[in-house]
Amino acid sequence: MKKVDWIVVIAGLAVGIAAVVLTLMGNPSNMGFCIACFLRDIAGATGMHSAAKVQYVRPEIIGLVLGAFLMSLATKEFRARSGSSPAVRFVLGGFVMVGALAFLGCPLRMVLRLAGGDLNALVGLMGFIIGILLGIVFLKKGFSLKRSYDVGKGEGAVLPAVMVVLLVLFLAVPALFKFSEEGPGSMHAPVLVALVIALVVGALAQRARLCMVGGIRDAVLFQDFRLLYGFVGIFVAALVGNLITNRFSLGFTLQPIAHSAHLWNLLGMVLVGWGSVLLGGCPLRQLILAGQGNGDSAVTVFGMIVGAALSHNFGLAGNADALNEAGEVVVGGISNAGKVAVVLGLVVMLVVSLINLPKEEKA
Amino acid sequence: MVDARGYSCPMPVVMVQKEVKKNAPATLEVLVDNQCSVENVTRYGMGQGYQVKVTQEGQDFRLTLSK
Repeated sequence: MKKVDWIVVIAGLAVGIAAVVLTLMGNPSNMGFCIACFLRDIAGATGMHSAAKVQYVRPEIIGLVLGAFLMSLATKEFRARSGSSPAVRFVLGGFVMVGALAFLGCPLRMVLRLAGGDLNALVGLMGFIIGILLGIVFLKKGFSLKRSYDVGKGEGAVLPAVMVVLLVLFLAVPALFKFSEEGPGSMHAPVLVALVIALVVGALAQRARLCMVGGIRDAVLFQDFRLLYGFVGIFVAALVGNLITNRFSLGFTLQPIAHSAHLWNLLGMVLVGWGSVLLGGCPLRQLILAGQGNGDSAVTVFGMIVGAALSHNFGLAGNADALNEAGEVVVGGISNAGKVAVVLGLVVMLVVSLINLPKEEKA
Repeated sequence: MVDARGYSCPMPVVMVQKEVKKNAPATLEVLVDNQCSVENVTRYGMGQGYQVKVTQEGQDFRLTLSK
């Protein structure tokens, strides 16, 4: 039995508890944290899309990036690096977001949805694992987005700086932004609470190298279960928190901000899993890496924001299940355009995977 | 020698794993440039029965894996 790395377990438990607290204080159900949803809300708040129900400057994103930034400065781990196929990463980030919004959540929200009893997330998890396994096939064949290089400190500090500016403008000139009056975007914990919790979580996630995709990837690739403890920690803490606060509801139908179009939940998360393996980390990990100076991850985050904006501008994102006037369940899911986008995303993953194999190992 | 500087995880461990599986070297020098990779390569090396010595070289790290 290998030694348990307690920092990962503690970070996982902290994320799970923080997610339940944020939900209790106003965030949407099973959405204490959702990197995809919150980047999408920021895209809406800044006018990059006009979906009125999902517009808010989420302090959680700001806090996660700045928490990782401050922790990496404190531990002298901050190192500005960039140059590992940034344009490809931008595109991959965009399609990871298309997949996540088809499913209605990033891998972190997938775990939180599971902990809330949403069985659609189990379908998502199956897709996520399939996507990771597909990515691993190419990693084993030598896939690489090539190395990065040391760059000026300013390049490494771009995303933290953007987050500071966003926070200052949000607090000082909120009229600049669009805010939802109904829907998920209108539901949020108090700004200061969300910011402080996210700063702590960001710092912990930086220390623990927390990554949703990394847990399953490393377990399969190296029989290294370290990151999986974080994944399990989040699930256990959120599950217990949901049970205590009576927020656990087991089933497929009418789960909060979720749909039960199983095929598209599955394929959406295949796209997220595959893309995240190619990128070297899940959306949460991209935020943390960008906070500690990785310019390529900053580009990925910008790609995710643009992907979110396009998802809503072209109606690609999932619609939640709902009740109609007759009290019947209307299954949500994604539009035909959304289905085309998810399939296109999978094709892009395949092409990127193939063209970045070592030349001698190409078929 | 595996030079994994400039690569983020999991690439350094993938590169080391490839070398270990291909040549099963008694000793292996690995260069990485971030603490996360130091931790991951160390864990992988120890799991494969190597002793791992870490030396900091400027901003980079040299890991010496030996059996």
